[in-house]
Amino acid sequence: METYMILLVGVFFSVAVYLFLSRHIIRILLGAAILGNAVNLLIFTSGRLTREVPPIIATGPTGTPETMANPLPQALILTAIVISFSFFAFLLVLTYRTYQELDTDDTDEMRFAEPRGQQMPPLEY
Amino acid sequence: MASPDTSNTADLSVAMMTAPVELADWLVVAPVALCITFGAILMMLRKNTWLQAGASVVGLSLLVVACGALLAHVLLNGTVTMTMGRWLPPFGISFTVDILGASLTFVASVIALASGIFGANDVDMSGRRYGFYPFLFLMMAGVIGSFLTGDIFNLYVWFEVLLISSFGLLILGSEPRQIDGATKYAFLNLVATTLFLIATGYLYGIFGTLNMADIMRKAPEMGETAPLLTLTAMYFMAFGMKAAAFPVNFWLPASYHTPRIVVSAIFAGLLTKVGVYALLRVLIMLFPAEREVLGLVVAIVAVLTMVFGALGALAQTDYRRLLGYLVISGIGVMLAGIALASLTGLSGTIFYAVHSMIVMTALYLVCGLTARIAGGFSLAEPADIYRSHLPLAALTLMLLFAVSGLPPFSGFWPKAVLVKASLDVGEWWMAGAILLTGFLTTIAAGRVWILVYWRARQEAGDSDASPVRLKPMTDYLPVGILTALAVLLGVYPEPFLDMAQTAASQLIHPAAYIDSVFPAGGVE
Repeated sequence: METYMILLVGVFFSVAVYLFLSRHIIRILLGAAILGNAVNLLIFTSGRLTREVPPIIATGPTGTPETMANPLPQALILTAIVISFSFFAFLLVLTYRTYQELDTDDTDEMRFAEPRGQQMPPLEY
Repeated sequence: MASPDTSNTADLSVAMMTAPVELADWLVVAPVALCITFGAILMMLRKNTWLQAGASVVGLSLLVVACGALLAHVLLNGTVTMTMGRWLPPFGISFTVDILGASLTFVASVIALASGIFGANDVDMSGRRYGFYPFLFLMMAGVIGSFLTGDIFNLYVWFEVLLISSFGLLILGSEPRQIDGATKYAFLNLVATTLFLIATGYLYGIFGTLNMADIMRKAPEMGETAPLLTLTAMYFMAFGMKAAAFPVNFWLPASYHTPRIVVSAIFAGLLTKVGVYALLRVLIMLFPAEREVLGLVVAIVAVLTMVFGALGALAQTDYRRLLGYLVISGIGVMLAGIALASLTGLSGTIFYAVHSMIVMTALYLVCGLTARIAGGFSLAEPADIYRSHLPLAALTLMLLFAVSGLPPFSGFWPKAVLVKASLDVGEWWMAGAILLTGFLTTIAAGRVWILVYWRARQEAGDSDASPVRLKPMTDYLPVGILTALAVLLGVYPEPFLDMAQTAASQLIHPAAYIDSVFPAGGVE
């Protein structure tokens, strides 16, 4: 089970990186969404995937069963999902506004903050 | 929380703290709680724009008092820990405050107060209605939470808190320039925090704990078996990106000059320094053995960051963009101390961080005042401020001297300490790079002062057309406070150098930190 998940995580990361290398903001945005999911799956997998044993520590000398899935990564992911979801929502609106205001989603043409052909700094006093 | 039928039999003292928290220890969470409370209240009252500035200045003053009390508490009683929900660490999330965290928190609160006062005049009504002050408080919650927390996943959460509030501050106004800058800032910072999260996921996989003190106890035995070097390299990449270290710094010059000036000032003072702080915690305190291996990489990154930052500053025509490059150059100087990792080097880094927070914020504020008088940020237009506004020109000159590292201002001592630390271990090229950076920065700063403040206007006609008046309380007071601090650090550095040295030794020998979280050995 873990092996397949690890391969899936790898695929997710490569897709995300590929999308991030695009010039178009909308693809970068999709890349960000997939990257978030890749990380969440990665953390999920690192806590072992099993349904056989419930994550309850018995009293007495038996202690923690080795085959138990660690519940803490799942709690971490819950936090990370909320954060990456809110980020995605913000970025989606930002991207839409960018497209409305700047009339482009090509990062090469987004030169409003750093315009091309700036004048030279003063060379004499 | 145990259910009623088991609480009778279970011994809670094994898992929970039974003693009530001491009154003084509540100070640990007071700054964060204060920020979130004020942020929430001001968010609800955001339509009442007349009330925002006044209430914020009161709130930020309370914040300075709380942070000052926390710093005093830590200086008197040593490292303090408070664990949330009374679960014993490493299960409860701990806030652990040592001198490094407490002093940076205090300086951050002073900067926030200065910016809040400055914002009373600088932020217009629409800026207030769209939540400048609530965002400021929530960002402060994120910044202070990062400085105080002793749990690495919690650090990630605070990073996100400060990041999302900084987005709000950055796009306040929605001009095309700002949206462009914010897009680049948002995506690149998202990648940085995602890297941080990946590293933290692996860290939990390796250690099974997220508590920094617990990680420190386990790291020495894990060095042989676990891929700690990879982990450290990932953290270095993630925090280097947040701190704007050289190959991954392009988001900073793309965005820092776009928002209104008071926002730029807060960002320049706080955000990159949180990255440096996180680097200090992870590279120096958690994984010192792995940092040793990475030392040369950190050193090269440091040298390239400081030199390219200074060169970038020399090439600018826009005053604000020039300051952005000076922020980057300062980050390089701080990284130099992390690369050396000696007691002297680290105390230099910590002192430089404090100096840079104060001086960069003040420089952006005077830049805003200058632009109000000159009508723009271009260095090509002489503004003749030396004749029309002498106090502003004088304050700016002091700040420019401080940022260049000239005595008797605050930039001199940390740079001197760092040069000495580099020569102590025979890294002459590091010392040379710091001195070269100082020289280049002096040229860049001198050019700003000559071109904008000193040079007379070409045509005499429009100089007497209703000069811009600066208000003493909202314009001069915040800049004055920060400049006074810069002068104080420069003229009387002894106690601050001592404090930085103690903070650095606490990082290198974190026994007090571990003891504070796990008194008497703790549970194993």
